[in-house]
Amino acid sequence: MAAQAALVRARDGARLVLHPEGAWTLAATLAPLPPLLDELFDAELRQVRFDCSALAAWDSRLVVFAREVAQRCAARGVAFDADGLPDGVVRLIALADGAAGRRDGAGHLAERGFLRELGEQAIAFLRSAGELIEFTGAATVALVNMLRGRARFRYRDMFRVMQDVGAEALPIVSLISVLVGLILAYIGALQLSQFGASEYVANLVAIAMAREMAAMMTGIIMAGRTGAAFAAQLGTMTANEEIDALRTAAIPPIEFLVLPRIVALVLMLPLLAVYANLMGIFGGALVGLTYLDIDPLQYVTQTREAVTLTDFGTGLFKAAVYGVIVAVSGCLRGMQCGRSAAAVGEATTSAVVTGIVFIVVASATLTIVYQVLGL
Amino acid sequence: MSAVTDDGAAPHVSVEGLAVGYGDRVVQSGLDFGIRRGSVFVIMGPSGCGKSTVLRAMVGLLEPRAGRIRYGGTSLWDAAPERRDELRRRFGVMYQGGALWSAMTVVENVSLPLEEHTELDAWTIRRLAELKLALVGLSGFEDFYPAEISGGMNKRVGVARALALDPEVVFFDEPSAGLDPISARRLDDTLLALRDALGCTMVLVTHELDSIFHIADDAVMLDPVSGTMIARGAPRELLETSTDERVRRFLRRGEA
Repeated sequence: MAAQAALVRARDGARLVLHPEGAWTLAATLAPLPPLLDELFDAELRQVRFDCSALAAWDSRLVVFAREVAQRCAARGVAFDADGLPDGVVRLIALADGAAGRRDGAGHLAERGFLRELGEQAIAFLRSAGELIEFTGAATVALVNMLRGRARFRYRDMFRVMQDVGAEALPIVSLISVLVGLILAYIGALQLSQFGASEYVANLVAIAMAREMAAMMTGIIMAGRTGAAFAAQLGTMTANEEIDALRTAAIPPIEFLVLPRIVALVLMLPLLAVYANLMGIFGGALVGLTYLDIDPLQYVTQTREAVTLTDFGTGLFKAAVYGVIVAVSGCLRGMQCGRSAAAVGEATTSAVVTGIVFIVVASATLTIVYQVLGL
Repeated sequence: MSAVTDDGAAPHVSVEGLAVGYGDRVVQSGLDFGIRRGSVFVIMGPSGCGKSTVLRAMVGLLEPRAGRIRYGGTSLWDAAPERRDELRRRFGVMYQGGALWSAMTVVENVSLPLEEHTELDAWTIRRLAELKLALVGLSGFEDFYPAEISGGMNKRVGVARALALDPEVVFFDEPSAGLDPISARRLDDTLLALRDALGCTMVLVTHELDSIFHIADDAVMLDPVSGTMIARGAPRELLETSTDERVRRFLRRGEA
């Protein structure tokens, strides 16, 4: 049951007496105050005071009202007599008005125009492109340092990351690859059976997996799984000032944190792609042996004849490139992260999006390059 | 020992035979004290003695191993969940680092409890939030995000948020830790003024002696070695009358 509160006004010429009645508490029901406040002031008003004799209880709600009345009085040159208010209210108003603060909002850019927003976005985009190049350069330097045996990083960290991005990713890679092989085989079967060439499903699945799909699906899984994890880990470390602590301890964060992750992913992603190849071919074989009734031995022979070592090599090279892309985008976004929980979320999202976009771009570029080179 | 305070009045908050801990480890046990309505009560002790753990149990975040915490007669942990939430709405808690919601502006941080737990209109909520921010000296910073203001200001926003619902009991976890001496003193003065004006009970966890002597009406001291309370009373009296070496050492900044 909500308590009741009311405000009674007694006007006597230029003087106004406000009688707050009942319980002026946060839980009380009370008519909205802004229209009432607008009504109170007119040209003749010279003095306002309170009479709280009928007030049963009060809390901040009364303080807010009394403070607003006092401020409006001050703005209009009306005398405000605080004597009738409870001592606590007077003290709180004095405390609120006396405490240092800033009366202006200067220096804070709450409102921005469209053009300004556009310009800032453009500058931010250019800056982020510059940062990506700078970061890749720094990572390359770190890699060179590592090859010369001079990088400060712990192999223990690298092996832990390798386990995390390699062995522990096997179940999801298995599932996706088998299903991709299955889908390819079905699509192929529908088309090829029209020419009576359904045993060529084996060729289609094997070449598609080896040259393209195994690497790309593994890359995309890794972008979602590992790239996001890298961004969240490094982002949280940035937010907690752990990255700053490394810098001040004269340990380059790129060598210590980024390098093990990039190396681990570049080593593991091609291995996962080999595994994905096998799983994809297995998925295709499931369709071939059951739905198309191809002889198992024929399926294997067909597959062996279709795929050359070059096909495998091109696919694995792509996988290694995707490894670099996923690791760099994950680590970069993590390192660029702001100092809040929301910023960590943004960094993670951005890492996945950057990773997948660049994987597709790199895949297209490499496919054209292979074509030109005749691979 | 009973939970009746020295002047005989029933305490606002009473802690009876409380034991708290994590996992297999009991951090503090055998705690008995009452907190008078409208007083400033300090839980003090060296770092790592379990002050914050006791606070977590008192605000309903960590279930005690044994004992009771009563608010005006109702036991917090024995109450039904709805009743416990109702009790919690009458607390305000300020966390060590401020624990502001970083995706919201300062004024939204203070407004959220009002929006969730009252039926007030937007105008009143905004004015209430502005008042609470003005009380901690942050007028004009309403539309800033926590990341845009200093650590000390974040703490003060934390105080304003703790006071949002005009709570009966306000808990502060290390309010002045990390503040410069002037800001720390100003925060203490603000707390005292708020207590005087709002009449709320304040419970502070701190090891800052300046704060303790300046604002505490009453205190308990926790000891990390024995894992229980070793003193209780007004800090100045304890300083003069305590015969316990550990208490004297703590209150005299390590000098015996």
